[in-house]
Amino acid sequence: MPPATRKAAPAREKRPVEARASGADTRVALPDVFADWFAARGWSLRAHQAAMVEAFARRESTLLIAPTGAGKTLSGFLPSLIDLHAAHAERSAKHASVHTLYISPLKALAVDVARNVMTPAEEMSLDVRIETRTGDTPPARRQRQMRTPPDILLTTPEQLALLLSHPSAANYFADLKLVVLDELHSLVTSKRGDLLSLDLARLRTLAPDLVSFGLSATVARPTELQAFLAHQVAPDDVMQLAARHQVFEHTEPHIQILESGERLPWSGHSARYAFPEIYEAIKAHQLTLVFVNTRSQAEIVFQGLWAANDDALPIALHHGSLDVAQRRKVEAAMVAGGLRAVVCTSTLDLGIDWGDVDLVVNVGAPKGASRLAQRIGRANHRFDEPSKALLVPANRFEVMECRAALDAATAGVQDTQIIRAGGLDVLAQHVTGTACAGPFDRDALYHEVRSALPYSGLSRDRFDRIIDFVSTGGYALKAYDRFARLRENPDGLMELTHSRFAQQYRLNVGTIIEAPMLKVRLGRARKTGSAAALVGGKVLGEIEEWFTEQLTPGDTFIFAGQVLRYEGMKDTNVFVSRATASDPSIPSYAGGKFPLSTHLAARVRQMLAHSESWGLLPDQVEDWLRIQQEKSVVPHPDEILIETFPRGDRHYLICYPFEGRLAHQTLGVLLTRRLDRARARPIGFVANDYAIAIWGLGDVSAMIADGRVSLAQLFEQDMLGDDLEAWLSNSMLMKRTFRYCAVIAGLIERKFPRAEKSGRQVTFSSDLIYDVLREHEPDHILLEAAWADAATGLLDLGRLNGFLERIDGQIRHIALDAVSPLAVPVLLEVGRERVPGMDPDALLREASQELIDEAMGTG
Amino acid sequence: MAGQQQTALQAGACAHDIIIIGSEMFVADYSGALWSPTHRLLIAADLHLEKGSAYARRGSFLPPYDSRQTLQRLEHVIARFDPHTVVLLGDSFHDVEGMAQIGAEERALISQMQRKRDWIWITGNHDPQIAGWLGGDVQKTLTLGDVVLRHDPVVDVLPKREHGLVGEIAGHFHPVARIVRHGRSLRRRCFVSVGGRLVMPAFGAYAGGLNVCDEAFSALLACEKQDLRVWMLGDDDVFPIRGRELCGD
Repeated sequence: MPPATRKAAPAREKRPVEARASGADTRVALPDVFADWFAARGWSLRAHQAAMVEAFARRESTLLIAPTGAGKTLSGFLPSLIDLHAAHAERSAKHASVHTLYISPLKALAVDVARNVMTPAEEMSLDVRIETRTGDTPPARRQRQMRTPPDILLTTPEQLALLLSHPSAANYFADLKLVVLDELHSLVTSKRGDLLSLDLARLRTLAPDLVSFGLSATVARPTELQAFLAHQVAPDDVMQLAARHQVFEHTEPHIQILESGERLPWSGHSARYAFPEIYEAIKAHQLTLVFVNTRSQAEIVFQGLWAANDDALPIALHHGSLDVAQRRKVEAAMVAGGLRAVVCTSTLDLGIDWGDVDLVVNVGAPKGASRLAQRIGRANHRFDEPSKALLVPANRFEVMECRAALDAATAGVQDTQIIRAGGLDVLAQHVTGTACAGPFDRDALYHEVRSALPYSGLSRDRFDRIIDFVSTGGYALKAYDRFARLRENPDGLMELTHSRFAQQYRLNVGTIIEAPMLKVRLGRARKTGSAAALVGGKVLGEIEEWFTEQLTPGDTFIFAGQVLRYEGMKDTNVFVSRATASDPSIPSYAGGKFPLSTHLAARVRQMLAHSESWGLLPDQVEDWLRIQQEKSVVPHPDEILIETFPRGDRHYLICYPFEGRLAHQTLGVLLTRRLDRARARPIGFVANDYAIAIWGLGDVSAMIADGRVSLAQLFEQDMLGDDLEAWLSNSMLMKRTFRYCAVIAGLIERKFPRAEKSGRQVTFSSDLIYDVLREHEPDHILLEAAWADAATGLLDLGRLNGFLERIDGQIRHIALDAVSPLAVPVLLEVGRERVPGMDPDALLREASQELIDEAMGTG
Repeated sequence: MAGQQQTALQAGACAHDIIIIGSEMFVADYSGALWSPTHRLLIAADLHLEKGSAYARRGSFLPPYDSRQTLQRLEHVIARFDPHTVVLLGDSFHDVEGMAQIGAEERALISQMQRKRDWIWITGNHDPQIAGWLGGDVQKTLTLGDVVLRHDPVVDVLPKREHGLVGEIAGHFHPVARIVRHGRSLRRRCFVSVGGRLVMPAFGAYAGGLNVCDEAFSALLACEKQDLRVWMLGDDDVFPIRGRELCGD
């Protein structure tokens, strides 16, 4: 067993430490220069900082959980600064290896942290070289960094993978003492986390003495992060855990739900009704962060606040699609104290320190207890003062959700996060990278890979299939053996057959497949419809390609705080002009980006079922529920309510699973297919976080009454078998998932969108590969990888399965004459959401029928 | 809209798939092949056989089933129409090396399809020669009444009406069309025609596509998109689409 790990039970539970109250920690003797530095600043060593210094001295990998503002960063670096100071003479003699690696999810964070660490190092006149390496680092400096490594290198998971694929990686990291993984909670549940886990396993092989530190915000299951940091020994053995040190917040946040005098909307996500009240709150504070869930919400709220801004307060907008220069300007203004409020998305969620925020407003439901806790943590960075937050529900269901989130926050409960099994596409990328560094032994690599938590359960068969995939594509038809990328050399090691494969790898490394982004540019077409005549102006920001796909010239939409008219597109530019209209014709996708967490959903179901708790809710919401109780029923927490009723010339079926939008969309597709088979003639469906509405031509109430439709069968768990497969395998969603996997695994090259577009460029779509592969080798490893991704990420199958199991025999059907109060919110979504799963040929038929009608004179 | 097109449409709702070029009538098939009932002749363009192995030689291991898939699809179309003559309109192979790479099973499939019918390989830029052992005739062009069939459309010839030819059927460009409806974007292979010229969709499983709104097409067809006649391929039918509805990529 490698050092720095321990058996899981009992996990080391350090006594919670109150950071400032406990004052200086005297157990740790700092070297004079450090002690003097602390003293000169009037600081004393905080307990968790001392704990990390001790942990490093014991060579013990450790997870530090602390709220923002607790001095986490310095805790991570202090041990290496001390060690570098002590070992200075010895190191300068050889100095071919990095001492400390710091890995951050964001380039910006790496740069920000570098500044924060360089300051103390300079003030103590330590002879320590600290450098960053990101995608922006110029080639000359990269080469110098390879020749003479810095003592401390700050970088991202992708850059680390590149470093590890270098033939000199073994030397470069031979003396690595410490790796610090910042914001670990945000990395572990993604493919970047998979990549990082494999790189960490590699580092441990190269530097067996390595200590790993993880820095994290509060999470529901810290043991998973502890396990991520440790070297796993075998899948069925006890999980290995790093130690843990936790700093608890000893101040309870002041959280309020906005008590609006206005009428609460039935549905929607903009919280328009509350803009004047949010504005008043901004006026009453120094600096307010207004968090929303999506870019389009940010745009709408920003516009609304400026409409109410009679005092011309400096209110800014910050989201990931805005031009970088624009974002940097907003950030600088925040730090300088020049702003009163910033409307922002999760781009400001991560731990960058932007100034003295004294109020956090969360518009819309927070969707998860942990997300809310992290956002609230942004208020008052002196973490021993209570944070202040205002929750603004955007509709009636969200009132309940906000209430549930508030209860969870008060109780200090977090949502469960689960580290999924590592992606096979990421593993393929890692195997290629490993081969780029030099020949490897299959058995040794298999054991190394399984020491990473996400891959600890990886079977030898899957591993071998991935090796085959990297070598020749891994097809049953062995057509490509003579072109192999990897081949066994005389020593029995797997070896790269050509250096161009290494170049190919370096261009395609990474797990983030950016949705292709297009530049939004002011400009007007000289002649409508002719892209050639478009003349460009100022760049406003970037927008997702999928969004522009639905636009035709003349459509208007909101972006960068204004209503814009779409003029046309040329290469990677979307040309827009300022529109005079105040209402955009194309609604931006307004739903929540994050699905309702299972934990909050359960709380909402409980709240709904217990009418005695309704008193905590605003009167309007309580009345709404009471009328629901009179006209229909309010479901128990362990049953599913299904309402059917006619409306207009349609018949509706509404169900209320409370399992979040992703799971509901999947369920909606499957229920619609089954109803179609039962001849209920469904036409469409719509889903939100709480409910699904399906409408059609058949009288579904009557069909349920006379047994033509059996609800028990409709909701039977077997729908996740054949029905799911029949729909999914042909869906756009699956094709997109496959494309991402194919790029990450290195089957197709990363496309730099439209960059290489020449006069006659023929685009070669991965959909063609998907179709051929599915037809001829449906159990290929890459299809397996894509299916696993779709099941966990996009469809929420695990949750759906749990739901179907839970409601087995618990279906409560009510046939009504008219729509029920509870059904109103989801019905209002009809027409706002696109209906997924509509037959593409039907669209073509419609378009061509118009032409035929026109030609026949019948149109 | 061309008068012939209207006549064809007026002949009945099921005639939306009829394309008249010169004095020849064709049926556009949803597979991407073109059928001449008069001559019992079937045309397919741009099969790009062995494109997968061509990529593999450069280190991208695409699924090696593309030739099989393409030929099986061709076999189905042939079974439906039972043509006297099959014309492959050039770029039948992705490259000349590909002919040697093709598997035994695929080769047998080609021989079997060639049985009891004429088989004409039109040469293309990807396959300037066709190996003799592949069977069939090899030609640069083929004339059908007053219509010429060739791989690469020739920009200048048609307006001059040389040799009494008034129509041309070609491939090479892999046309696709895109429309947006109900907030959804659909991109499909298509037949595209203007005047007496028809460009056929690529038939090959790995043949990509070029949007008919692309500049390369306007140079070739010398017209605005409103004047294009386009038939998009659906799962089991072709769909004529108005030129003004077309969107660029």
